[in-house]
Amino acid sequence: WLLFLLLLLLSVGVSAVEVQRPRGVPLSKRQFYEEGKPFTCLDGSRTIPFDRVNDDYCDCQDGSDEPGTAACPNGSFHCTNAGFRPTFIPSSRINDGICDCCDTTDEYNSGATCQNTCRELGRKERESLQKMAEIAKEGFLLKQQLIHEANRGLEDKKAKLGDVQGSKKDLEAKVEALRTVKEAAEQPEREAKERHLKAWEESARMAEVFLELDDDADGFVSVPELLSHSELDPDADGSFTEAEAQGLLGGVDKVDTAAFESIWSNVKEKYMSESNADTPAPEETSREEINEPVSDNESDQYPDDDIPEDEDDDDEEDEDDDRDEHEYKIPPTARTEEKKDDDEGAMPPYDQETQNLIDGKNAFKTELFNFGFGICFRNLEKEISFDFGPSSEFAYLYSQCYELTTSEYIYRLCPFNRVTQKPKFGGSETNLGSWGKWAGPEDSIYSVMKYEHGTGCWQGPSRSTTVKLTCGKETVVTSTSEPSRCEYLMEFTCPAICQEPPNLEISSHEHQEL
Amino acid sequence: TASKCDCTLKLMFLSFGTWAVDKGNFKTCEQSAFCKRQRALKPGESPYRALLETMELTNTRLTLQLINDNNKVRLLLELYRLQGNITRVKINELKPLKPRYEVPDVLIREPTTEPLSVLSQDENGVVLSLGVESQRVIISARPFRLDIMEGSDVLMSLNSRGLLAFEHLRMRKDTQADPEAEKKEEADPTTKEEEEKVEDGMWEETFKSHTDSKPNGPSAVSLDFSLPGVEHVYGIPEHADTLRLKTTDNGDPYRLYNLDVFQYELYNPMALYGSVPVMVAHSAQRTTGIFWLNAAETWVDISSNTGSSETPQTDVRWISESGIIDIFIMLGPTPKDVFSQYASLTGTQSFPPLASLGYHQCRWNYNDQEDVKSVDAGFDEHDIPYDFIWLDIEHTDGKRYFTWDPHKFATPKEMLQGLMDKKRKMVAIVDPHIKVDGNYKIHNEIRSRGFYVKNKDGGDYEGWCWPGSASYPDFTRADMRAWWASMFAYDQYEGTMENLYTWNDMNEPSVFNGPEVTMHKDATHGAWEHRDIHNLYGLYVQMATAEGLIQRSGGVERPFVLTRAFFAGSQRLGAVWTGDNAAEWGHLKISIPMCLSMGLVGISFCGADIGGFFKSPSTELLVRWYQAGAYQPFYRAHAHVDTPRREPWLFGPENTALIREAVRQRYTLLPYWYQLFYRAHVTGEPVMRPLWVEYPQDLATFALEDEYLIGRDLLVHPVVEEGARGVTAYLPGKDEVWFDVHTFQKHNGAQNLYIPVTMSSIPVFQRGGSIIPRKLRVRRSSTCMEHDPYTLYVALNLQRTADGELYIDDGHTFNYEKKEFIYRKLTFANKVLSSVNLAPDAKFTTDSWIERIIVLGASKPSKVTLKTADGQEKQLEFDFDASMSVLTVRKPGMNAGADWTMTFQ
Repeated sequence: WLLFLLLLLLSVGVSAVEVQRPRGVPLSKRQFYEEGKPFTCLDGSRTIPFDRVNDDYCDCQDGSDEPGTAACPNGSFHCTNAGFRPTFIPSSRINDGICDCCDTTDEYNSGATCQNTCRELGRKERESLQKMAEIAKEGFLLKQQLIHEANRGLEDKKAKLGDVQGSKKDLEAKVEALRTVKEAAEQPEREAKERHLKAWEESARMAEVFLELDDDADGFVSVPELLSHSELDPDADGSFTEAEAQGLLGGVDKVDTAAFESIWSNVKEKYMSESNADTPAPEETSREEINEPVSDNESDQYPDDDIPEDEDDDDEEDEDDDRDEHEYKIPPTARTEEKKDDDEGAMPPYDQETQNLIDGKNAFKTELFNFGFGICFRNLEKEISFDFGPSSEFAYLYSQCYELTTSEYIYRLCPFNRVTQKPKFGGSETNLGSWGKWAGPEDSIYSVMKYEHGTGCWQGPSRSTTVKLTCGKETVVTSTSEPSRCEYLMEFTCPAICQEPPNLEISSHEHQEL
Repeated sequence: TASKCDCTLKLMFLSFGTWAVDKGNFKTCEQSAFCKRQRALKPGESPYRALLETMELTNTRLTLQLINDNNKVRLLLELYRLQGNITRVKINELKPLKPRYEVPDVLIREPTTEPLSVLSQDENGVVLSLGVESQRVIISARPFRLDIMEGSDVLMSLNSRGLLAFEHLRMRKDTQADPEAEKKEEADPTTKEEEEKVEDGMWEETFKSHTDSKPNGPSAVSLDFSLPGVEHVYGIPEHADTLRLKTTDNGDPYRLYNLDVFQYELYNPMALYGSVPVMVAHSAQRTTGIFWLNAAETWVDISSNTGSSETPQTDVRWISESGIIDIFIMLGPTPKDVFSQYASLTGTQSFPPLASLGYHQCRWNYNDQEDVKSVDAGFDEHDIPYDFIWLDIEHTDGKRYFTWDPHKFATPKEMLQGLMDKKRKMVAIVDPHIKVDGNYKIHNEIRSRGFYVKNKDGGDYEGWCWPGSASYPDFTRADMRAWWASMFAYDQYEGTMENLYTWNDMNEPSVFNGPEVTMHKDATHGAWEHRDIHNLYGLYVQMATAEGLIQRSGGVERPFVLTRAFFAGSQRLGAVWTGDNAAEWGHLKISIPMCLSMGLVGISFCGADIGGFFKSPSTELLVRWYQAGAYQPFYRAHAHVDTPRREPWLFGPENTALIREAVRQRYTLLPYWYQLFYRAHVTGEPVMRPLWVEYPQDLATFALEDEYLIGRDLLVHPVVEEGARGVTAYLPGKDEVWFDVHTFQKHNGAQNLYIPVTMSSIPVFQRGGSIIPRKLRVRRSSTCMEHDPYTLYVALNLQRTADGELYIDDGHTFNYEKKEFIYRKLTFANKVLSSVNLAPDAKFTTDSWIERIIVLGASKPSKVTLKTADGQEKQLEFDFDASMSVLTVRKPGMNAGADWTMTFQ
């Protein structure tokens, strides 16, 4: 587009010869406005005498009869802007006392004193385009280097990964040994937990089904009540007979809760809850909501270099696992209530045996994760998996951080990791978002980075940051702002975004001559 | 700006996710000791008796003593007949222990009195003539009662239910060790009354953690009014409630006590930011008004016998915590008479600068100069006009008003110049709470001059507000106001220019840690308690600020000041908005009755935050709000700091186009808005008015609040329902026709018309018989349109006539007071349209001309001839659309200030 702009400027320079045409008409439309001949509105809606073109009264629906006055609400005015870029402005800006066209042609009757600034603007723009072109050129060279380095780095890392995988084998035996120990220790715990959970779940579901089946709420599930659930038909032949129902109830006409337990296995596989149809949706959302803060803290998405933190991560992972168990196994009705201890629907506490097992697990865990190699291994894997651009040109940003200090805060952008804000004069750091994705428009997806799920805002969303990348020789954060509360915007220059500049040598020479 | 909620509220929020006012922060009548005490009085047991022998009648007034037979305390009643069919009744203690507060600065002058005469008198009472139309006042002696009669009709009765109560000032029991007082008591036989029982809350009252020390003890006043024949009463804003006031028998009375209510709830009688103690009563026969001039906390009870078989009657009862009874009974008889009667007392709407009727873009906050610049550029890029961009509290240096944040707004003049280059303006907020900070010039000056409100112990009152610890200037002092005004001088308020105007927020006053988020009632303003003046504080803040803006221009330029708190008389000072509303459909809907209620009591320049202040509007709601707001007097978008950005172009091109179109409609109508404000300024008529004001006999209009009139000639029924497919508008007047302003479709009056709507629809109708001037060349600000030509919309009625006005002046100075304006009457009759000078002694010239005349409901002429003042005639070209009967006259071209006639043959 640089080239395009320059060419445009160039063409303006060349064509700056005045061509007779009504005020405000671009050269391209000159042929429609023929002096002395009736004028047909460009939308073809009507034909008017030529003296009604630019007579300060709007005759054409499309505004085409008044290209040079403000008479039509939807018209546009063409400024030639010799020496700069030609442009269209809305008709409403003609003679409003404000200089819009650099060639002053929009203010011909308003008393406004406008200076022709086109040459100056043209010069400035050419200068700045040139400067940008130079930056782009240098930046692009740097980018090539970056790509080269990135590729080499990648090979290194792949090699390293190989090494690690080698040593991994050595260590695997050790780990395996430990893992065996750990699992041996954990096995009873897990089993106990699952048993406990399953049993509780099972009886909860049974009770629920009983209540659902017991339509008349008489405390018994009867044959007629069962018959309304055709899915329970044992032979699934489409006719669920009373005899079949009786068979399911163990040969009696009705069962109470105690008896229901004994026939539960007959029913549970096929039974379809009446309320099933509507429950999943709200369940889904509530799960998401509850999960959200968890993923916020999931710094294991991006491993840090220090081991202790990684340990924490693993703790979280474990907790996550636990949580997942809860989430996917506990029946929906119990979910929201699980936080309240005294609630009837809540899962009862673990029995002592299970609790002991859970407690005992920690010792093994610590031992296992003292092995640092796993971290390094996962780091490399992770790094290799990032999208560092089509040619890995953004790879060099990885594990780097860039700061910008404003009057109040120090902003820190750690690409592919996160953005933070820290008060300049003490105070704790705020997470403005963790690496989310490339979020530029389709044609330049790598021009915008999105960091999401930062620290939550009161009454608002969690903080997020949009990082706009522009071409520059330096890699530097140039500005930050918060256009909306908790939605940050950061401008970031780096060579990796630079595009190959067109060869400008010739055209810039010609400009000198103009 | 929102008040800050306290922490408990914040927590509640998080735990329950509720979204509504915390009612517990504000008093019910039951929790307000004087209201509870007064409301407990039973009707029909009035202890008051008129002592007819004490009656004195002079040329200007009648005085008479009243005695409370229970405690022998005497009151002095004064009765005045005021010019323009107003009766004033004042009741005070005959010999108060110390003076009681009488509200100053609200009446524009001492009202002109007219003579009263005694028609008859006996031991039971006196009959006085009010001078006009067989109007009489009957004063009954036992119990005391006043009836205002016209012929044989009772227009209004006072103390007819016997609820007059006047708590006399008294010595506190435990302080009666004072020997002076005891002696006095012995000496004066009238004080040997039976001892009144001391109730809780008479000498001290605690609400939540706040104790009101009440050094003056009980001091409430109360009076009842009966309105025979009346079923509809209106006014007493500000409440988020229906236009027609409800009866209060089964709940709290309407409360008037200026409060910063966090996230107010709709449809209840709770107090809000402003108070105008004026009620308008209307029936098909007559319109009257009651103006209760008292600035203390006030409650208004309304009951009605509607539904019973008796003649309809509404009973009203006013209760105030302190001060005196000073009432103005405005006897109409038409709605417009009541408006002019009230205007004769408290003044009219200030005449705003034309630009302030344009669109205002506000947000808490535009972050810095760069932000302002880019929003400004956004309007140009998206071709949406606007006149003012606003800066909320964050623009200051640490919430120190009259300063700029040195980093974010380092070069304010540069910013203002940038706006001025585009003929646009800015408003910056100046709140009345002043940061207590020894390095802050404003604070130091106010403190050293002793201008702060004092706490009960005599020190400077301090409360918590945006800046942290803050003090509150005593705006009731004229010298304080003069000083404050001087702070707006360009050399005092650094970084300002003539295109910077002011917004007074938080002037209830809001005190985050005060009782009911406002100032302690026992704080003092010189001799008076805050209790006495509370509802007046906000008015004084705006008064001082507006004066500052006038003074800085040497008295040349009209000020523009927006206020949140207000009182009777605030209409003279600027604009009012409905405070911190929310992005909900209900809030959009209620903006109509809220502004209509204000208009009825003089405040025409009213608007609600477009889009809703709290929360984030759906795109549909935002678009509908822009459409509705385009047809309300004050048109400003505003948003809470915690909400996502919502500049008009952030919702996709389709919605940008819808918003652009709504704003453009506003701008085309600016000439009409402006002349309506001129009329409001001259006459006191509301700009935005309920239908019944123009159709006072049409019962179907009495409770309408989903549509209204702008002036007399535009009927607006905005779409305020989510997903609306259509609206049903009531078109009044069986002899009227109404023209859809968009399609020119003609509709008969006196019908409910269903109008299908799409997202682009804003149902608006022009009354047949009217002429409305518009400027169709919408530009990027109103100032850019100054010299543009007019299009006249002539809508013919069934008699094929129409009339209207055209007012033009410079749009921003007080020169109109020097008769520098154009004021013309436009008339269409007998196929002749003419423009006649309504103000021959006025002088003004304009570049504007008439570019087009559109006649709605026209028949096709064979020719149209224009005759100008110089006698020249010319034939004009025209178009006639037979399907819609619309005649468009092309480019007549005469100057808008000239005499001319146009003949349609």
